[in-house]
Amino acid sequence: MDAATLLIQVLNGLQYGLLLFLIASGLTLIFGIMGVINLAHGSFYMIGAYLAFWLTGALGNFWVALPAGIALAVVLGIALEWLLIRHLYQRDHLYQVLLTYGLILVFEELRSLLFGDDVHGVTVPDPLNFSIRLTDTLSYPVYRLAMSAICLALAAGMYLLIARTRLGMMIRAGSVNRDMVQALGINIGLLYRLVFALGVALAAFAGMLAAPASSVFPGMGNQVLIISFVVIVIGGLGSIKGALVAALLIGLADVFGQVLLPQISGMTVYLVMAAVLVWRPRGLFGSA
Amino acid sequence: MDRSRLLPVLLAATLLALLLFPLVGEKFYLQYATKIMIMAIFAMSLDLLVGYTGLVSLGHALFYGLAGYALVLMGERGEVSLWWTLPASMAVAALAALAVGALVLRTSGVYFIMVTLAFAQMTYFFVRDSAYFGGSDGKYLNAKPTLSLLGWQPVDLENTLHRYYLTLVLTVAVYLLLRRVLGSPFGRVLVGIRDNEPRMRSLGFATFRYKLAAFVLAGALAGLAGYLTAVQDGIMNPEQLGWNRSGEALVMVILGGMGTLAGPALGAGALMVLELLFSIWTKYWQLLLGAFVIAVVLFLPRGLGSLFARRRAARDGHG
Repeated sequence: MDAATLLIQVLNGLQYGLLLFLIASGLTLIFGIMGVINLAHGSFYMIGAYLAFWLTGALGNFWVALPAGIALAVVLGIALEWLLIRHLYQRDHLYQVLLTYGLILVFEELRSLLFGDDVHGVTVPDPLNFSIRLTDTLSYPVYRLAMSAICLALAAGMYLLIARTRLGMMIRAGSVNRDMVQALGINIGLLYRLVFALGVALAAFAGMLAAPASSVFPGMGNQVLIISFVVIVIGGLGSIKGALVAALLIGLADVFGQVLLPQISGMTVYLVMAAVLVWRPRGLFGSA
Repeated sequence: MDRSRLLPVLLAATLLALLLFPLVGEKFYLQYATKIMIMAIFAMSLDLLVGYTGLVSLGHALFYGLAGYALVLMGERGEVSLWWTLPASMAVAALAALAVGALVLRTSGVYFIMVTLAFAQMTYFFVRDSAYFGGSDGKYLNAKPTLSLLGWQPVDLENTLHRYYLTLVLTVAVYLLLRRVLGSPFGRVLVGIRDNEPRMRSLGFATFRYKLAAFVLAGALAGLAGYLTAVQDGIMNPEQLGWNRSGEALVMVILGGMGTLAGPALGAGALMVLELLFSIWTKYWQLLLGAFVIAVVLFLPRGLGSLFARRRAARDGHG
């Protein structure tokens, strides 16, 4: 493997990892703070990708579609929390599993009703529609670099939100002791609704970002769902920092697994997960 | 007391209906009913872990799929007998459960869910990418196993009706076996572990061994279901090992009511019958099925089984 190929693989691994981080961070927030196991998280990613496809067509510009899609995702998150999720906080995790499984079926079928079962594509938006030449034969699309940059910016933003703001303080407190936070006069129901909407928006945003780089197809949510769970377990449940490290680890392991060990490439991420959990049963940054 | 009277009546009525069903059911429906009973076995075996031992496995299809593949591979050279392939396939599943269980039972809670998933996914990808197992297309079963008693062939597994009744007998047998196991001191220990493992340990029970034994038994019974699936479908493919299959079984258990044994079987029946009904009615059956599942969570907090056990649930009042 020469230097340029290696560089491309590293970039691919980092970019995949950062995208996984966006999806997984929402999942780990929803689990860590609200204690909800959300199987429908992959569907939110899929919804994001289809929103990007639909809104880019309807509004004519990807950069206009992006904020519109995020707004819709936030509304969806708030509606779902209010209608369904809030009834499950006091109950066994397994009912959340069952309900969100039902949501997967509903979303998958709505997708089929509204958009059909064909594979769609979103064209790479304009100023980023070119590639950087690395050698005579190899080049790297700028859009993928921009994706990574956006993901990194969001990671930093989330860190600041959680660690530095008053809202972040309330969120952290809510994850430790729900009743105490409520007793201090904070509307925990509203807080949970915000966290859920934030998680949904993060997953949908990841789907929107990914749409131009890959294709938009049925079942794309299920593909990322399991791998995001792997990420949050490796990182330690509820830990945003852990999700970032684990997502990069999994992204690189997946890409290099395909290059170096093509025979068992499907297994590599699960081998990494098993190894990490044998070494640290609570994940890399898990506490509880 | 309500439930203890109602449940046997309900089970007897179901059994009678299943016994008489072939009088009215066409071949397609017989095959579908056979598949439902196989999934009922699979779901009951998972309930032993989820509902009674407090071990939520998202990798149960690993043992189901391996036993099915074991039959297909043993049958590659020609006709084989059920008498040795069934125990052998279940033994494969049990051994796999012993090895996996010894590792995964060191974790608990959500981590247990994820580690069981990891092992099942590793096996899934291994089987999918291996030519020996037929890759992603899967492998056909050359011929259905034979079942002979001293030269007499009472059951012909090529026959849909015979397969139906064999599966029915085995489903009832698994239900009775699990009832028996759960009523035994061993079963009481499992329930104790579910409710409070540290207390069981301080009472002097080697809880790890009990959990491992439950894991192996559940794995072997999942293997029985996988074996029957290979016989029924005549083919095994990697999807039978995938997380979707494990998830489906988990949904059946929760939908029917965990820790009730009959509930998960009911859950398997309800999910698959509704899937069939909705898919006859509309192309968009998943929408209705999803809405049904959500409605059950919201309006029947203890699963479908609670329809038949409401009074007891209200009296016990534990989660």
